Amino acid sequence: MNTSSSAVRTKSNAERKAIRAERFQLLRRNKAFLVGAFILSFWLLIAVFGSMIAPYPYDAMDFMAVSKKPSGTYWFGTNKLGQDVFSRVLAGTQLIVWMSFLATALGTIVGGTLGLAAGYFKGWFDIILMRILEAISAIPVLIVALLAIAALDGQSSGITVGVIGFVFAPNIARTVRAAVLSEAELEYVAAARLRAERTPHILFKEILPNVLPPIIVEFTVRLGYAIFAIATLSFLGAGVEAGSPNWGSQISENWAYIFSNIWWPTLFPAIAIASLAVSVNLISDGLLEVFEV
Amino acid sequence: MKKYILNRLGLSVVTMFIVATIVFFLTRILPGNVARRYLGRSATEEDLVKFNAKFGLDEPLLTQFYRWLRDLLTGDLGTSMAFNKPASELLLPAIGYSSRLALMSFLIIVPLSIAGGIVAAMYRGKLVDRFLTVGGLSAAVIPEFVWAVTLILVFGVTLEVLPVTAFPTRGDPSFLSQIEHLILPSTALLLVLFGYIARITRASVIEALESDYMRTAVLKGLSRRRAVVTHVLRNALLPSIAVIASQVPYLVGGLVAVEIVFNYPGFGTILRDAVGGRDYAVLQSGVMLTSLVIVLFQLAADILFAVLNPRIRSRISE
Repeated sequence: MNTSSSAVRTKSNAERKAIRAERFQLLRRNKAFLVGAFILSFWLLIAVFGSMIAPYPYDAMDFMAVSKKPSGTYWFGTNKLGQDVFSRVLAGTQLIVWMSFLATALGTIVGGTLGLAAGYFKGWFDIILMRILEAISAIPVLIVALLAIAALDGQSSGITVGVIGFVFAPNIARTVRAAVLSEAELEYVAAARLRAERTPHILFKEILPNVLPPIIVEFTVRLGYAIFAIATLSFLGAGVEAGSPNWGSQISENWAYIFSNIWWPTLFPAIAIASLAVSVNLISDGLLEVFEV
Repeated sequence: MKKYILNRLGLSVVTMFIVATIVFFLTRILPGNVARRYLGRSATEEDLVKFNAKFGLDEPLLTQFYRWLRDLLTGDLGTSMAFNKPASELLLPAIGYSSRLALMSFLIIVPLSIAGGIVAAMYRGKLVDRFLTVGGLSAAVIPEFVWAVTLILVFGVTLEVLPVTAFPTRGDPSFLSQIEHLILPSTALLLVLFGYIARITRASVIEALESDYMRTAVLKGLSRRRAVVTHVLRNALLPSIAVIASQVPYLVGGLVAVEIVFNYPGFGTILRDAVGGRDYAVLQSGVMLTSLVIVLFQLAADILFAVLNPRIRSRISE
């Protein structure tokens, strides 16, 4: 009994490794993925080392240099408070990168666990959970987030991260559930049950590794949405601390000045948001193609 | 068929009830009471009691929930705490304005995205296809407000060809005179939604192009173009209907951001102000109305899908 079941497992492990190697090869030849990975690595480096490169503190005001055009002294110009736009864009990188990664990770853990359980147990648990998740997705993400931030009285990045994570959980749960439903019928799950493995072991050690591809793809797709949602929320002034160098907040504070032709405090954060969002999208597109989920 | 529609209708009612439960209890999640948060720290005990009595906040939570639901069902959207007048007086005109913008956007988005998907499918693998699919989906991940601000910068400020407010400043604000003003806001929404709809249309057109009936049509002597128009579209548009309905929540979410940039007195602006002013009645009713619109759209799409798709139709009537 024991030997045969472990034989089943080793075989699937070897298969898994071969598939992984093949996919890695495909990814290395996928242009969209490579471009995306390159831009994202750039932003990750900025997020980590940005504060060292920044020529000025992001909140330092110089009233002698208000709304200066981009120049050798101020690469991206200065805003109406005389703050260096370049340093603020660098400081904002760290915020959006951290917030969107944490929010997506939270959503993936919560949603993934719910999806695993719903797909495995089925029955009433599944039906009720899916109805609740469907109801949540009948409210636009942005509006649930606004509502929750208002209700929690939260002008803090932490609350935004939590809210976005929970709002994303339903979609991730649905993806994982669909993958688990087809997995749970397979022999290795039945074998694990016969070995009288404990349910958490079956869920996390047996099924989870096999449904990882759709979870990874879903993670990158949601990461893109998280950047989208967090940027928009900070543009709306919800869930950010006052004076924060969030890219969205920078645009909301400065965009009215584009009518006086002061475009730089708006355009540079806008380009930053666009390039970060597009890079994540290129990565998820590449993964989607390779994993064929 | 009747049974299917009733079943879907029932599910929609359940969904709305769950939405209501979430919306109500979410705004009461904090132990601190609404009156204190609303009136501020300086309010006296007496003020709080008066406030609570006025808005029915002194009753048990479940009674409040029941009363709120009952009021909603009879069309009473509650009282705005900030303006001290019925929330419906604020919400209904705003929703009217928003639907103009949404309608205009829909009229632009749906045909363009479907056309984009068909073109991409017919030139599959060519440069046009890459441009439409990769470009479309890249545009889709950039937030509406970034597009809106960029569009204003390019077309409103630099080229000065289009108005930068969504509302005519002078004269009669009829829908027709407003159209010019709605072009930029609708374009911002188009850029975000085009990619998703075009991608699904492309995929289903490709599937249809490779199908047996298409081969038959071509062998029969129909030109490729003619075969696409007469045979492919009918089948390929079905999935597009489903994806368009699934994009409605995103359209509504996008409206909020776009309205604020273009200073449009729609429902997004009201909602933002309600969040800022902690105007719970407006907020709750606003979210309920939004969800109702979305659920109705999804219901309509499901039914339309079933009516148009003979395979589902026969399965339902069995």
